[in-house]
Amino acid sequence: MAFQILLNIGIAFLWILLRNDFTVIDFLVGYFIGFIMLFVLRGLLNFEFYGRRVYAFFKLIVLFIYKLILANIDVIKIVLSPKMDIRPGIIAVPTDLDTEWEITLLATMISLTPGTLSMNFSENGKTIYVHFIHIEDKDEAIKEIHDSFEKAILEVTK
Amino acid sequence: MTEIVISILILIGGGLSLLGAIGIIRFPDVYGRLHAATKSATLGVISIILGVFIFFYFIEGIFAGKLLLTILFVFLTAPVAGFMISKSAYNVGVKLWDKSLQDDLGEHIKQLDRKEKQKS
Repeated sequence: MAFQILLNIGIAFLWILLRNDFTVIDFLVGYFIGFIMLFVLRGLLNFEFYGRRVYAFFKLIVLFIYKLILANIDVIKIVLSPKMDIRPGIIAVPTDLDTEWEITLLATMISLTPGTLSMNFSENGKTIYVHFIHIEDKDEAIKEIHDSFEKAILEVTK
Repeated sequence: MTEIVISILILIGGGLSLLGAIGIIRFPDVYGRLHAATKSATLGVISIILGVFIFFYFIEGIFAGKLLLTILFVFLTAPVAGFMISKSAYNVGVKLWDKSLQDDLGEHIKQLDRKEKQKS
């Protein structure tokens, strides 16, 4: 993956030299052309095209923004409801992610979506303790985190 | 047209910050208040900054990259602050609200204590 990005930057520099015009815009155009070249030649290269990960990363960001707005609306409803009819609690959410980076990313995303707040990790880092502002169904809350964020993060890193 | 978009973004930001402040007063315990303080405020701050960025870019013609960096740093620091405050509050012994459903973290800490006692 690192080699591919290096190759892509190299193509971008070639493009700048060919154009004989040293601007950021030209570099970006060259980078884009290199990206397309790598995409076209992906069958001949004996490594996996890294664009798939870039695509997965953008998908993760879009999912995150969508969840952020959705969860904000939920919390606003709770704040403005005349009777505070909430049942908060701390749930242990198990995770299949391996590296520290992935788990940190997951905990950060859980914290940033309103209504959930990651509080602590277990010793081996396989369980995140999450404070929910309103629990309707414990299993469903865990399943939602698994289906949305964990799956999207796995697509980026695996 | 851009003015309308800017106004909407800044109004949303101000409204969300106000709701965050109301939430801090209304929620029953430390952990609930943290939800209001770190979250609705995050989206509020971000939409205000986005509005300012669009204003400078489309009306003044300045590309203010620092504003985009601000969004990144708010995203980086808000969860860390929430994590540390809630963790230390729990370790100091601040109790959950009476109506809380369950406390898996408390059980986990009890289990760890039991294991340590067995060792010693």
